[in-house]
Amino acid sequence: MSDGNDQTTVRDELLAPVVRKVVGVTAAISLVALALFGLWGAPPDAVQGDAQRVMYLHVPSAWLAYLAFFVTAASSALFLWKRTRAEVWDRLAGASAELGVMFTALALVLGSIWGRPVWGFWWAWDARLVSTALLFFLFLGYCALRRVPAADPVGAAKRNAIAALIAFVDVPIVHFSVEWWRTLHQKATVFSPELNPQIHGVMALTLWIGTIAFTLLYVYLLDRRYRLAVLEEGHAERELEHAIAERVGAGRSVVA
Amino acid sequence: MSEHPERTANIWREAALVAGKDLRIEARARVAVGQILPFGLIVILLFAFALDPDRGVLARVAPGLFWVAVLLAMLLAVGRAFAIETHHGARDGLRMTGLDGGAIFLGKAAAIAVQLALLEIVLGMGVIVLYGVDVHGIGVVLLTAAAATIGLAATGTLYGVLAAGLRMRETLLPLLLLPVIAPVMLGATRAFEDGLDGVPGDAWPWVGMLGVFAVIYTTIGVMAFGALWEEAA
Repeated sequence: MSDGNDQTTVRDELLAPVVRKVVGVTAAISLVALALFGLWGAPPDAVQGDAQRVMYLHVPSAWLAYLAFFVTAASSALFLWKRTRAEVWDRLAGASAELGVMFTALALVLGSIWGRPVWGFWWAWDARLVSTALLFFLFLGYCALRRVPAADPVGAAKRNAIAALIAFVDVPIVHFSVEWWRTLHQKATVFSPELNPQIHGVMALTLWIGTIAFTLLYVYLLDRRYRLAVLEEGHAERELEHAIAERVGAGRSVVA
Repeated sequence: MSEHPERTANIWREAALVAGKDLRIEARARVAVGQILPFGLIVILLFAFALDPDRGVLARVAPGLFWVAVLLAMLLAVGRAFAIETHHGARDGLRMTGLDGGAIFLGKAAAIAVQLALLEIVLGMGVIVLYGVDVHGIGVVLLTAAAATIGLAATGTLYGVLAAGLRMRETLLPLLLLPVIAPVMLGATRAFEDGLDGVPGDAWPWVGMLGVFAVIYTTIGVMAFGALWEEAA
């Protein structure tokens, strides 16, 4: 049921074409820089050797996963709040959740590849691993919910927004319960409270390049996924119009 | 969500009406007793086939197996709680009554909680008998079960209405619900371990966590159910 003040402003593009081009190009350049620094620029780790280089992808992936889910939750809240309700928030929430799931999967897989040589096993029942895996499934479910076809788009968008927030509320609960359960994961290095990263300067630089490159990539992909959502909606609408036109046409020929 | 103060007092009465209706349907149709409960019991049996039925192993992992069985059976109970609204325009009928969304939530959640409690009692006895478990801290076990049941019923009702009326809801519900209630599974299992075989006093942080979970999701449910109930096709 859509009440009268469900204002849905149309916004077909997330970023202006110039901004998108700049973001895309800088994302590509910074990814190349990340590859150069990550593979050759940064020295191998004193203890972990070359395996540590996986971190230059793993850490930015994990960071992006959190950012993406935060954007999903914030967009969903903005959609539910009547004064800011607009289609843009619904599409943004969906696009960001899909990217978040992708980056979470990437973080898990990369972490696993790193863990095999360094820890000696692919997977450990460590707090952060377990809560990340649950995060993956939480938002995978949300993405599955979004894919269910619905007759009423505004109603479906409201339902999806509520679902995103319910899932987001679970994140701290999952985090703390699993944290109590067990802890083995490396403590945060770059964002450590002492603000004194205990890593080589070039290594820290490479991590920062990775974080920036992945963030730019995220923004670019977000824009593209948003556009895709707009096109999908347009396609569905055109199909409907086509079907109606066919019906009307058939009716006319019968009358004639 | 009640805009008028006098509605707040009515919420509990309305919730009791909805719970009574759901439980009356259950008492007549006997789906919970005749289908969901036996399903839980067969899961308990299957665990014994999967693991070494040497009593030592089963007794050690009994708390986790118990809660997995409860979770699986709960998925059926939640699906059932909203399936009964699909026939003969029951959902529209319930909407037309003008009952508060929060009250309907509390009523349906209470009905699910009662069924889950019954299920837990029977499965608990099954685990004690079949797995050879000794209960040391009965108070801890009962409080854990109560807090976990409220949390499960609240999340179950919330996701039940979220998926209600959707195509593919049968397959969607477990995917949506299980990651959310994973902390309940974790907390209740740890608390049961302490209550059954460990030091019952160690269980209190977990019981507290389960209580917080129950309060959070009951609050969200009361707030969000009305809107979701209106959207449900």
